[in-house]
Amino acid sequence: MTIALEMKQITKEFPGVKALDRVTFQVKKGEIHALCGENGAGKSTLMKVLSGVYPYGSYEGSIEIEGTEQTFRSIKDAEKAGVAIIYQELALVKEMSVTENLFLGKEHAKFGVIDAHRQHLETAYWLEQVGLSSIHPETVTGTLGIGQQQLVEIAKALSKDAKILILDEPTAALTEKEVEILLDILRKFRERGVSCIYISHKLNEVFSISDSITILRDGKTIATKSIDEVNEDQVISLMVGRELKDRFPREASTPGDIVLELANYSVTDRKDPNKKIIRDVSFQLRKGEIVGIAGLMGSGRTELAMSLFGALDGRSSGTVKIEGKPVMIKQPEHAIAHGIALVTEDRKRTGLVLERSIQDNITLPSLKQVSSWTGINSSKEVSHAMSYFQKLGVKAPSLETVVGTLSGGNQQKVVLGKWLMTKPKVLILDEPTRGVDVGAKYEIYQIMNELVREGVSILMISSELPEVLGMSHRILVMAEGSITAKWKAEEATQERIMTAATGGNQI
Amino acid sequence: MTTKTGSAKFNKDLFRLDVRAYSMIIAIIAIWTFFSFMDDSFLTARNFSNLFVQMSVTSILAIGMVLVLVAGQVDLSVGSLVGLTGGIAGILHVWYGWDTVPVVIVTILLGAIIGLIQGWWVAYRAVPAFIVTLGGMMIFRGALQGITKSETIAPLKESFKALGQGFILPFMGYIVAGVAIVLTGIFLLRQRQSRVKFGFSVAPVWMTGLIWLGISALIFVVVSVMNAYQGIPIPFMVVVFLAIVFTFIAKKTVFGRQVYAIGGNSEAAVLSGINVKRKIMLIFVLCNTLAAVAGLILTARVNAATVGAGTMYELDAIAACVIGGTSLMGGVGTIPGAMIGALVMASLDNGMSILNIDSFWQLIVKGSILVFAVWFDIYSRSKAKNS
Repeated sequence: MTIALEMKQITKEFPGVKALDRVTFQVKKGEIHALCGENGAGKSTLMKVLSGVYPYGSYEGSIEIEGTEQTFRSIKDAEKAGVAIIYQELALVKEMSVTENLFLGKEHAKFGVIDAHRQHLETAYWLEQVGLSSIHPETVTGTLGIGQQQLVEIAKALSKDAKILILDEPTAALTEKEVEILLDILRKFRERGVSCIYISHKLNEVFSISDSITILRDGKTIATKSIDEVNEDQVISLMVGRELKDRFPREASTPGDIVLELANYSVTDRKDPNKKIIRDVSFQLRKGEIVGIAGLMGSGRTELAMSLFGALDGRSSGTVKIEGKPVMIKQPEHAIAHGIALVTEDRKRTGLVLERSIQDNITLPSLKQVSSWTGINSSKEVSHAMSYFQKLGVKAPSLETVVGTLSGGNQQKVVLGKWLMTKPKVLILDEPTRGVDVGAKYEIYQIMNELVREGVSILMISSELPEVLGMSHRILVMAEGSITAKWKAEEATQERIMTAATGGNQI
Repeated sequence: MTTKTGSAKFNKDLFRLDVRAYSMIIAIIAIWTFFSFMDDSFLTARNFSNLFVQMSVTSILAIGMVLVLVAGQVDLSVGSLVGLTGGIAGILHVWYGWDTVPVVIVTILLGAIIGLIQGWWVAYRAVPAFIVTLGGMMIFRGALQGITKSETIAPLKESFKALGQGFILPFMGYIVAGVAIVLTGIFLLRQRQSRVKFGFSVAPVWMTGLIWLGISALIFVVVSVMNAYQGIPIPFMVVVFLAIVFTFIAKKTVFGRQVYAIGGNSEAAVLSGINVKRKIMLIFVLCNTLAAVAGLILTARVNAATVGAGTMYELDAIAACVIGGTSLMGGVGTIPGAMIGALVMASLDNGMSILNIDSFWQLIVKGSILVFAVWFDIYSRSKAKNS
C-alpha cells in the first residue's frame, strides 16, 4: 500500500506550552486510521496543522501528501490538496438547503449567477453516495436529524474531492443505527482509496472500523500499531501512560430506604397532548445505589430526567414520591428544593455559564446558602466553592478561572460541584462522561462512589454500555418512552440490553 | 490548604481592576487634560459642577440599561419614557397644581408600571425586547404628544426645580462626605472581619488603612471642588446614590448574580432553578423606574416638560454602557464602567461646547469614540486570549 500522508517531526508551540513535540504520523492510502489520546494530548492541534488552520511556518516539521511536500497557508490550500475535515460541532448553515450548504464557498456560477440546476444534480449524486438518496437536495438542512446532517457534512467533504478525510468525534451525537450507517459508508470509501483519520473516544467504534491506530500522549507520538496487534485495555494504558487496573471501580453497596419512587409516570408531548413521550414508568431508587438507565437516543431517557427535574413542558400524570411523600415538580426550583439535582448531557449548552468563573458556576443554584439580608457574603461564598473545588480535584489555577477555558473533564467536575453544593438526595447524571478523557472518567466514577458512600442516590443515564454495566448496581432499559427491562447489574449483558433497547419487552 | 489558596486569590483581587476600567480612566484624564489645555474655563469648579449635572440623566438611564444589557436584552424605549414621565409630572404639577412630593411618587410608580408591562411582554409573551421596546419608544412619544397637545409645560415651582437645579449646602456637603468616609471605613472593617471568620489571611492593617485613606481623599476632593462652586448638585447626589445601590444589587445580591447568569447562558440559568421570566420582568421594572427618575430630573433641570425631551437618550445610555465595557451579547458589564462611559461622553460634550465646536462635530466625535472604544476592547481581549 502506498503512503497517502506523512507528517514528520511536527512541533507546534504556543506561548508557554509545547502542544506537539516532534510528532510523526503516517496514513496509508485507503485505510481508516484511528487517532487516539486523552483530551489535551494534541489530536486537535495535529489535525489543525494538517488542515491548514495553523498555516505553514507557524509549526516546525513537514507534511507530505502522496510524496509531495505541502505548505498549506490556509484551509483552502489544504482542501485543494484533498484534505477535508469534519468537525465535532456541525459546520452547516441550518437555514440553507442541502445543496446550498454543499456548494457553500465554491458555487458553480457564471458571472456570479449560480447554476442551480447543475448544483442540484451534483448534490443528488453525493447524497446517494452517502446513503441519503431519500433526501431531496433542496431540503432545509436544519430539518434533518443530527445523523443525517453528519452525513451531509461528509457528502460536502467528499464533493471537494477529498483524498484524506478527517472525522473528529463524528458519532458523538448519533444513534446506534446512524453510527452503523456512517461506519458502513466509511468502509465503502476505504475501498475506493479514500484515507480516513478517525478521532474518537469510543474505543469500541475504533476497534470495529480502523485498520491502524496511532496514540498520542502529551503532544508526543506514543505508538502506531496495526489494530490486530492491540486490545482495548492496551490502548487505554498507552493513552493514559499507566496501567488502569479497573476501568469501572464499582463498589458494592447495601441500598437503604426508598428515596425516589415513580408509579405509572407518564408525560405528554408539549405540542401534541395525545402523544406520550414517557409511558407508565415505574421504578424505585434507594438510598446509596446507582441505577443505570440504558437505551437508544430518543428512547425518552433524557426527557424522563428533564421531566423529573421540572424542566420539560408537557402534562405529567402518575405519582412521584420523594422519601415516601408525593411531590409536584413544575420547575427546576422545586426539584432543587426537594433535593433533586440534574447534570445535563450537554454541559456547554445547558450546564455552565462559560464566560463566568468556576466559583460563580458552583454557587449559582445555591446562592441563598451564602447570603443574608446584607447580600452575598463573599468570604463564605469562596470558602464553600473552594471546598467543592478541592473535593472534586478540579485542575485549574484558581476559583476565578473562567470555566470556558477548562478541559471537558474539568468542566464536568465543576458541574458536579455545582450540584453537590445543593446537597442533593437524588443526583441524576445524563451522560456523565461524554467528551471526557479516560483519566478524568475514572475520577468521575470515584466521585460517584464517594457520593454513594455518603448516602446520595444516583440515576445515571448513559449511552456507553460498558459504563452502564460497569458502574450501576441496577439497570433499567428504556425504549420508546417505556421501561422495557429491569435487572440487577449481574444479570445484564450488552446483548440483552441492546435487545431490550430496540423494543424487545423482557419484563 | 484552603486558607492558602484562598488568600493568594484574595490579595490579587484587591488590586485587580479591569484593563478596560484603567484605559477608560486614562482616557478621561487625557480628555480633561486636552480641554483644560485648550480653554482655561474647563478645569474650574463651576464647569465640573455643570459637567456632573449634564451627565446625570444619561447616567441614571445607563444604570438601568446595564442590567438590561447584561441580561441579554435591550431597552430602546427609555428615551421616550423620559419624555413621557417628565411630561406627566409637568401636567400634574403645572396644570393640576399637584405638590412636588406626590408628583415624584406618582411618576416613579408610573415608570414601574410601564416596566412591568414591557417586561411582561418580553418575558411571558416572548416578544423580543428589541421589538417590545421599539414599540414602546413610538407609543410613549405619541402619548406624550397627545397628552401635552405638543405644548411646552412650564414653569415649575422651586421645590420641583431643586431636583434638577438644586445644591446641597456646602456644610451639609461636608457632613455627607464625613458620613460616606465613616461608612467606607465600616464596610472595609466588616469585610476584614468576615475574612478572618472564614479563616482567610487578611491584608496587613496598614494596607486596608491606606485604601480607606485613598477613598476618603477622593470623596473629600470631589466634595471640596463642588463646594468651591455652590455645593454638591442634587442630580449628582442622586446618581451617586443610585450607582452605589445598583452596584450592590449587581455584585452582592442573589438577584444580581442571577442576572449575569441569565445573560451568560439562559438555559443553564433555567436549569439552575432560576425563574428567568420573573427576573427579566423585574429587570425591566427597575430600568423603567430609573427612566422615570431621569424624566423628573430632566424636567426639573430645564424647568419645563417638552415634547422632544429625551429623544435619542436611549442610544446615549447604551453607548455609555458599551464604552464602559458592557457586552451587547449579555453576561458582561458593570455599573461603575457605565458611569465612566457616561462621564467620557459628557466630558466630550461639555469640552467641545466650551470650545464652541459645532454640534454636528460633537455627534461625529462621539460616534467615532464609541466605535473606537468597542474595537479597542475586542482587540485587547483577542490579544489577551492569544497570549
